[in-house]
Amino acid sequence: MTLRDTINRLLGLQRASATTARERLQLVLAHDRSDLNPELLEQMRREILEVVSRYVEIDLDEVDVSLETEDRVTALVANLPIRRAKAVAQPGVKAKISLGVNASGPPKVNTPGRPGPEVANSALEDTDGATAAEAEKPAAQDIQPEPAAEKARLEGSESLS
Amino acid sequence: MTPHRTRNILICSGKGGVGKTTLTANLGIALARQGVRTAVLDADFGLRNLDLLLGLENRIVFTAQEVLAGSCRLEQALVKHKQEPNLALLPAGNPRMLEWLKPEDMQAIVGMLAPSFDVVLIDCPAGIEDGFKNAVSAAQEAIVITTPEVSAVRDADRVIGLLNTHGIQPIQLVLNRVRPKMMANQEMLSVNDVTDILALPLLGLVVEDEQVIVSTNRGEPLTLSGSHSPAALAYSNVARRLQGEDVPLPDPAKMGRGLRAKLSRLIKTKIF
Repeated sequence: MTLRDTINRLLGLQRASATTARERLQLVLAHDRSDLNPELLEQMRREILEVVSRYVEIDLDEVDVSLETEDRVTALVANLPIRRAKAVAQPGVKAKISLGVNASGPPKVNTPGRPGPEVANSALEDTDGATAAEAEKPAAQDIQPEPAAEKARLEGSESLS
Repeated sequence: MTPHRTRNILICSGKGGVGKTTLTANLGIALARQGVRTAVLDADFGLRNLDLLLGLENRIVFTAQEVLAGSCRLEQALVKHKQEPNLALLPAGNPRMLEWLKPEDMQAIVGMLAPSFDVVLIDCPAGIEDGFKNAVSAAQEAIVITTPEVSAVRDADRVIGLLNTHGIQPIQLVLNRVRPKMMANQEMLSVNDVTDILALPLLGLVVEDEQVIVSTNRGEPLTLSGSHSPAALAYSNVARRLQGEDVPLPDPAKMGRGLRAKLSRLIKTKIF
């Protein structure tokens, strides 16, 4: 590490390259492990939005569908802020859908013979907007306090061979 | 006589040049020195190098290919190491005939080795194509070797996924070419970063060591000479842990944080 690097690091102008390396790796591995290319991910995103839009009005500018990975388990995390439900108006609520794909190895016992990812308990849960990120939006009165985005862990085997 | 089960251990990395063959050679010698009857099988027969690292390149007459074809006996193809008679090298095949080898052939080869050896180390070729598939079909357990670099870790991850689908168990990790100084400066992925990302138990930690190059030049693995260089010690410890011995892993944070390390770093810090 040169003196210039040291100074930059101390001044907060430059972060440690190991941190950058770790983050880049985690992102690329999430994609590698799920065997999803960006095109498929985009297609899936559109279809998820299509389904969810039938029930609730989504804030399309704030939609975020991405892959996250931890402990060799990759999860597809979709963050879909809801403007209002179509049946009963509930402004400013947010839905979180999470479904996971186990990236390592064969399907486990609790889901025998499942060929691939499948939405088991895809949870569409309204949250109260109490977390920091959502604080700006007005919260609906009658909604339960804890977001509890349900995670449906799917043991779909990654087709690697 | 107790029934004996030969451990067939695949040594793989995905990426080339991270130290598979060096680990195979050093681990083979270290195990042999501990009294374990060890065979090292060069499954990288397209670009074989294990013979060179062991200094046995001039002694290869036959390969497993001739044994399977029935044109020679197994004993004729096995190249016994002169200084370490517990160690023998078996090249899988002739580089001129690449297409003959199939997973069944590799399984037949390790089957032939089983009665005479306690451990068979299979030096896997780089990549995840046919060479890898042949090698993995003959193994029950694996050592994945990687370096703290994004490309090597990514490829290791891919290989681990494949090993899982082949039912290989256990899979253990050796982290090679660690530079404690860079790790201390957070300019290299830390040991925890790598083990967290790959989610494998750590079998060994090998620091970057120039002596590895010197030993390769000579065709005498570091573990053979009883060298006290850091890498030699690390390879010996890998062998001991593989045999079930509880050898504590060095703390990389401490490797580069002693007063002496700090001083030398201060002096070596380049100015612009």
